Amino acid sequence: MTRPNAPIGEDDLQLHVDGRLPDDRRAVVEAYLAGEPEVRVRVERERRQRQALAEALRWKAEEPIPARLRLVHLGAERHRRAAGRLRVAAAAAGLFLLGCGSGWLLARGWPAAPAAVPVAAVSGEAVAAYRTYVVEVAHPVEVGSDNEQHLMAWLSKRLGRRLAAPDLSAFGYTLMGGRLLPAGTGAAAQLMYQTPMGARLTLYIQGADGGETAFQFFEAGGAATLAWRDAGYGFAVTAPLPRAALTPIAEAVYRRLDAGAR
Amino acid sequence: MAKAERDALIESQIPALRRYAYALTRDATTADDLVQDCLERALSRWTLRRGAGELRPWLFAILRNRFLNLNRANRRRGVAVALDDAPAPAVAAEQEAGLNVRALIAALDTLPEEQKSLLLLVGVEDFSYGEAAAILAIPQGTVMSRLARARQRLRTLLDGEAAPFLRRVK
Repeated sequence: MTRPNAPIGEDDLQLHVDGRLPDDRRAVVEAYLAGEPEVRVRVERERRQRQALAEALRWKAEEPIPARLRLVHLGAERHRRAAGRLRVAAAAAGLFLLGCGSGWLLARGWPAAPAAVPVAAVSGEAVAAYRTYVVEVAHPVEVGSDNEQHLMAWLSKRLGRRLAAPDLSAFGYTLMGGRLLPAGTGAAAQLMYQTPMGARLTLYIQGADGGETAFQFFEAGGAATLAWRDAGYGFAVTAPLPRAALTPIAEAVYRRLDAGAR
Repeated sequence: MAKAERDALIESQIPALRRYAYALTRDATTADDLVQDCLERALSRWTLRRGAGELRPWLFAILRNRFLNLNRANRRRGVAVALDDAPAPAVAAEQEAGLNVRALIAALDTLPEEQKSLLLLVGVEDFSYGEAAAILAIPQGTVMSRLARARQRLRTLLDGEAAPFLRRVK
């Protein structure tokens, strides 16, 4: 498109509408338009519509900024507020956690100590993080699986536990990468997996005091979560799968993470 | 980078972010919620931004992704978002452009989100095609063909309008 003598293309016309043609090319395009009145009318019209649109919205960018958007007002408490709003948004979206406490899968657990972070809370955070990032097209993960070693070393350091990304290829899922998330007073990690068809699954890990628990099953808005607590951490596996399909994956994760920790 | 410098850089983009958010949501309060959410995310991810390129497209990409998420939630809920009435634009602007601004905005609202975003990012926010491609996570060649389609659609939608003669005088 920058070659002065190339045939005129739709790209030239769009660049012309946007005033982005280099000078030499613009001369060629204008000469062409002079001989093609119909195209010229069309391009002129698009150009005017572009201007009119910018003009029609100009007032919004000229408004004074509301005080609540000043960064000093967003600063200190931003994590808590963002997380709080996420929860509100999730609740408003009809994201009610069902099956809470009724989904004991394995009989190996015992009730949590009173002060412990409930597995349901871990699951809620996991689902909120799942909903936020699993739909993400541009940046589903912060660090990709091409940097897996770095990713796992980083997450291990921030969570204070040696973590290894479980291999879920037996279920058709490969690691995409992961990200660090705020969680209460600490940090949480999310690992994301994907099938060749683009179906995604997340593994969420956060610090959670209290004893070991069995798997608990939660379902919300089309996604199922199996969550458990082990060795001071809460874990949750979330995917849009039926419980029977999710269970062997969660068990594989449990075995693998356990191996990584010891 | 010093915190004050970072804040100044980000804040300089707030007016344009508000404009884009408003054009997407067409509701002043929702738009500012969206901008606030975008800013909170930008701050919390600031240190992880290395390698993410220019600041402006990065901020717009965050805003747009937040909008898409919000939209999905709303669709699930089936709640219609209330529309603000745009303030009456200056008559002079309409005369100059020879267009009915209200019809133009209404036509824009009927476009699919991606086409709408393209027209806003390229035509209003003056992003290059490469930057728009990065924000929308599509190839640059696709930007041109979709832009052409969006503009064609807008033209067709407005062709029935006796635009130059319809203007409000206040």
